[in-house]
Amino acid sequence: MGEELDRTQFIWRSATGLLIFFGLWSFAAGIELAPRKFLPLPWEVVGRGITLLSEPFSGQTLQGHLAASLQRYLLGFALSAGVGVPLGLLMGWYRWLDNMVSPLFDSLRFIAPIAWVPFAALWFGTGIGGPMLIIFAGAFPPCLINAYRGARFVERKYIEAAQVYGASGPRVVTEVLLPASLPSIIAGLRIGAGAGWQSLIGAELIAANTGIGLMMVRAQGALDTSIVMVGMIAVGLFGLLIDVALRGVEAWVNRTRGR
Amino acid sequence: MDSSYLALGLCRSSRYGLHLDMTGLRNPTRLWTGIATVVMVVAFWLIGSRSGWISAQAFPSPDQFLAAARQLLFGEGYADGRIHQHILQSVKLILMGFFAASAVGVPLGLWMGWSRRAEALINPVFLFVRPIPALAWIPLAIVWLGLGDAAKVMILWFAAFVPCVINSFTGVRNIDRPIIEASAMLGVHGWSLVKDVIVPGALPSIFTGLRLSLQGCLTALVAAELLGALLGMGKVLYQAGLDIYPAMIVAGMVAVAIVGFALTAVLDVVERRSMPWRATH
Repeated sequence: MGEELDRTQFIWRSATGLLIFFGLWSFAAGIELAPRKFLPLPWEVVGRGITLLSEPFSGQTLQGHLAASLQRYLLGFALSAGVGVPLGLLMGWYRWLDNMVSPLFDSLRFIAPIAWVPFAALWFGTGIGGPMLIIFAGAFPPCLINAYRGARFVERKYIEAAQVYGASGPRVVTEVLLPASLPSIIAGLRIGAGAGWQSLIGAELIAANTGIGLMMVRAQGALDTSIVMVGMIAVGLFGLLIDVALRGVEAWVNRTRGR
Repeated sequence: MDSSYLALGLCRSSRYGLHLDMTGLRNPTRLWTGIATVVMVVAFWLIGSRSGWISAQAFPSPDQFLAAARQLLFGEGYADGRIHQHILQSVKLILMGFFAASAVGVPLGLWMGWSRRAEALINPVFLFVRPIPALAWIPLAIVWLGLGDAAKVMILWFAAFVPCVINSFTGVRNIDRPIIEASAMLGVHGWSLVKDVIVPGALPSIFTGLRLSLQGCLTALVAAELLGALLGMGKVLYQAGLDIYPAMIVAGMVAVAIVGFALTAVLDVVERRSMPWRATH
């Protein structure tokens, strides 16, 4: 590529980049380019985040809102993976199931997950059920697609070998297709986890009675920009943590499979 | 690949994106099973709502849905507009956000992919912004810019920007080194290097990014319009949810699906035209 940098140069440049970013932000806020209420200083945002840990906003502290969001998220994601992965594997094995589900699935997946919000609220309310449906709408498709693709691309010789030894359909699915398509499944779980997290935040912004999204939308109503920014950072941080955790699982699976 | 940017987590390109898969239509068993399933679902819907298993408060009957669709298409409209006004408004904003983001994101990603200096300078800031989902920008955009078009374009910009940068970046990094070395040896440089080597080499990956950007735009726009808009498909959904008008919710969702399908189809055509050397993808 263009030119090479050694490690110290790389770190120096990275530090410069961050410094420019936070410098510009502080400068713009410092000269009150916009009223301070709309553009708080970076350390004001951090300070606000720390006070939010002990001082409740719209009924909950920061960790209270986060806990509510994470609870919904884990339930919704578990449901997506629990339905999507087995269904995808079975569709990879049983042609008739594939032929039946695919047209329905393909027509539904052009609906943006967030468009389910009105029905989610109508059918399951704004507590846990409604947001769970939205997480499902976001996280289910990647879980299913990757399990399906993984199962379809398993080498035929493994399947044939299992069949020669008299393995039945269900055993082929659990003992050949599942292990062989694990990397693809986990990649799908990672994509689904990200999509589900984003969908949850959207659901909470629009229709939920607790959660980090609700905190952000209430702060927006109160024109409290620093809380909005605290929410954005918290959402970004937890999204990153979820991805790092799944990446750990991915690395572990690839290691134990000896690849 | 060297470890410096692996450690920064930029190397992953997201390969997931909606593709139109028409291969199934060529296989008669698949086609007919598909048609039979759809017919069964519609029959179940018809019988279910006629006999009252499906409550009309929860899900509309086919007649109610058709009435709502007729109201949107030919009648007085709903939520302050007829369907073409809502769709035009939404598509206009999606295209504005999408083009504004790709006009900045693709060159930035290409530049970061080409130059380690640029990568080192920009990547940390980008990593700070990247994990924030597009939808989390909505409250900030509303505080800053209100409920009008400007706030929505800002949200869409962030939704589309991140995938554009990541995939353009990966696209350049994955160009085979010998190709770049050969072109350097042949004296290709400057604009010609960008136009004839870097962009074509990174194009498949760029299109993956554009596809994800477009999907991100659609989702973000619906969410933003659900939170407050004068016109648009999200406004239809919002109003229908408020009025507890299930038939109109379904009509709004169908509109979202059709727009999503149409935008993806257009991008597919553009992708195929731009890369004539790849027979299929």
